Amino acid sequence: MGRLDTNNRISTGPSIPVPLQWGLGAWMSAVIAAAFLYVPPAAGFAVPDAARIVIFHVPCAMISVLAYLVSTVYAIAYLKNGTIASDAKSAISAGLGFTFTALATVTGMIFAKVQWGAAWNWDPRETTILILMIVYAAYFALRGAIPGTIARARISAAYNILACVIMPYLVFVLPRMMGGLHPDRASLSIEYRIVMGAAMIGFMWLYIWLFRIHVRISEYEIAWRRARNV
Amino acid sequence: MMRYYLRCVLAVLGKDITCELRARHALGAILLFAVTSTIAVSFTLSGWGSKSEVASALLWIVLYFSAMSGLGRSFVHEEEMRTAALLKFSTRPNSVYLGKLAFNWMLLLCVQIVTVPLFVMLMGCRVDHWGAFIALLLVGSFALSAGATMAAAMVARASVKGALFAVISFPLLVPVLASAIHGTGLAMSGHSAASDIRLLTYYSGTVITASLMLFKFIWED
Repeated sequence: MGRLDTNNRISTGPSIPVPLQWGLGAWMSAVIAAAFLYVPPAAGFAVPDAARIVIFHVPCAMISVLAYLVSTVYAIAYLKNGTIASDAKSAISAGLGFTFTALATVTGMIFAKVQWGAAWNWDPRETTILILMIVYAAYFALRGAIPGTIARARISAAYNILACVIMPYLVFVLPRMMGGLHPDRASLSIEYRIVMGAAMIGFMWLYIWLFRIHVRISEYEIAWRRARNV
Repeated sequence: MMRYYLRCVLAVLGKDITCELRARHALGAILLFAVTSTIAVSFTLSGWGSKSEVASALLWIVLYFSAMSGLGRSFVHEEEMRTAALLKFSTRPNSVYLGKLAFNWMLLLCVQIVTVPLFVMLMGCRVDHWGAFIALLLVGSFALSAGATMAAAMVARASVKGALFAVISFPLLVPVLASAIHGTGLAMSGHSAASDIRLLTYYSGTVITASLMLFKFIWED
């Protein structure tokens, strides 16, 4: 939590330690190198070399779902204890989730064009991720339209939780009505699973770092607003 | 306790019906919207009425956008007439939610009574399983109003209301639209559509339960 020190400057905690920042750079470089040099071309795909994009596509999709869950947890926390920092964290995590969703969609569309011949096929997971994007685009539109910090925090938290409650219908029920194109994970070789796991750790790391940076920015903003009001 | 609660809900519903009968700000506009779009659809696409999937999709799109054009007003109106504060003092949040939900459902049922026969006649639809068809219309409009009532309450506090209501309702109502269209298509071609009726019932239960827990945060200052 940011606070004013005796010289009227705002002080906050560190985002993540510097060695971890350099470590992420090294880790992600290693993952990228492994994706192109260590992993063999995947048999059973239309263009075996193009399947390497899966190593970045799947972790992005999983991290985005994780970010949305974190966002909902902070929304519940806000409604329980009413600290404005929880609302800021909820919005931040939703924003990061949206970024990762966009990355997953773009990488997915590139691969879909190569593999299935069209960038968009209304495959169940494509439908789900599109609706997820609309849900959170609507969330940001709602946030932008409500004047007043407290009303905005309460209403957007309520919308966030309601969207999360409805999510099972979007993720599990709607896809049942349509045929699927996405393969099972079992069709990939062991090298893929190792590198994809490493990429998963890297993207998680990146998410936590980005989250901490944005939280620090919001702490400055909250402290600044508080200082100006007093 | 339960009877007191029910009386509060019925009081909110009765107040809305009385206001509607005196001023008619919602029903007339929604009905005209629904009838106009039904005529526009059948005027251009009447040949497609015999294909059950197409007819059910068009029917629900007409109903959905009629709902979008009218239900968004239910809370905005309270804010504009400055009656929201009085309502907040008079009763508990959840009876306001349930009362408005009941009123919105009645509004949609009125729209359906006029629009659906008109749609079936003008489009030349064949409905083989009337029981499932009517059950889907009832449950589907209930699920539609359960989600839309919550969205309307959120939008009432925002600065741009009309466009935002459709934007935030759509993601909440996608499951309703998808399964109502799917089920109505089945009912028109003579199947029972039991799984879609069940799904819409579960959806309504989920949304109403969540809304009863969340509504007080939206409604109270």
